[in-house]
Amino acid sequence: MRYWFPYPLLSLALLMLWLLINQSLSPGQVVLGSVLGVVLAWIMVNLQPDKTRLKNYGVIAVLAGHVAADIVRSNIAVMSAILRAGKRPINSGFVTIDISLRDENALAVLACILTATPGTAWLEFDRQTGVLMIHVLDLENGAAWSELVRNRYEAPLKEIFE
Amino acid sequence: MSHLTDLPTWVAIPVCILLLLGSTITLIGSIGLIRLKTFYGRLHAPTLGASAGTVLICTASMITFAVLQNRWILHEVLIIVFVILTTPVTLMLLGQSALYRDRIEGKNDVPRKAAGEQPDTTGMDI
Repeated sequence: MRYWFPYPLLSLALLMLWLLINQSLSPGQVVLGSVLGVVLAWIMVNLQPDKTRLKNYGVIAVLAGHVAADIVRSNIAVMSAILRAGKRPINSGFVTIDISLRDENALAVLACILTATPGTAWLEFDRQTGVLMIHVLDLENGAAWSELVRNRYEAPLKEIFE
Repeated sequence: MSHLTDLPTWVAIPVCILLLLGSTITLIGSIGLIRLKTFYGRLHAPTLGASAGTVLICTASMITFAVLQNRWILHEVLIIVFVILTTPVTLMLLGQSALYRDRIEGKNDVPRKAAGEQPDTTGMDI
């Protein structure tokens, strides 16, 4: 089973993608999409990515909810920061965070979260020391930001991936 | 596209609100590109359009064509997913190159790399 389906989740995701692009659930498209999903998963084997297993599906839903709420909140915060930029100088700065995540896919997800949230930009991650540097647009308290990233995003990602 | 006038009012109102909201947010993000003073600050502005702007405008489009064609339209979900997946790549490239240049030029307001390592010889940093 593992031989034929090296990345079952990836194959499934590709099938979903194919059906979404074609906007149809006809048997022909399902077959074509499944074949594509399986073949592309074999190609993925040759790229030798890090194997990760998703462990905790409940946490994924919670994390997704948190991220959605944070995106809304930070959108509003950044908008008001931009609109007030003329009157009040924006207090932006760098924040360095010690992170114990090492899984590549988890780091990639963290990067997507931090980038999709306006107001925080992922700048640099040092693999040896595990120090992540982000830039925060409206910085009031650097320590609070690093706590926020660590508790709100890193901890659930750890539960999911490691 | 020519049937847009067939859109019933009860759909047109939320669609308009979503479209206006989304485009306003994207506009504010673009204004931010002019208003913010530092490069790193400007890095944040376009993410407004990439997150809330895309989601709102895509939702509006989804509702419109779902009602007009009387079926579920899910293409826009893919747009949202791909935009969210791909923006980090560009942003990180821009951010890293700015950091690299600022460090070479020895600007004081940029944090050094920790532990006295050679700057970025591996090219392996994410």
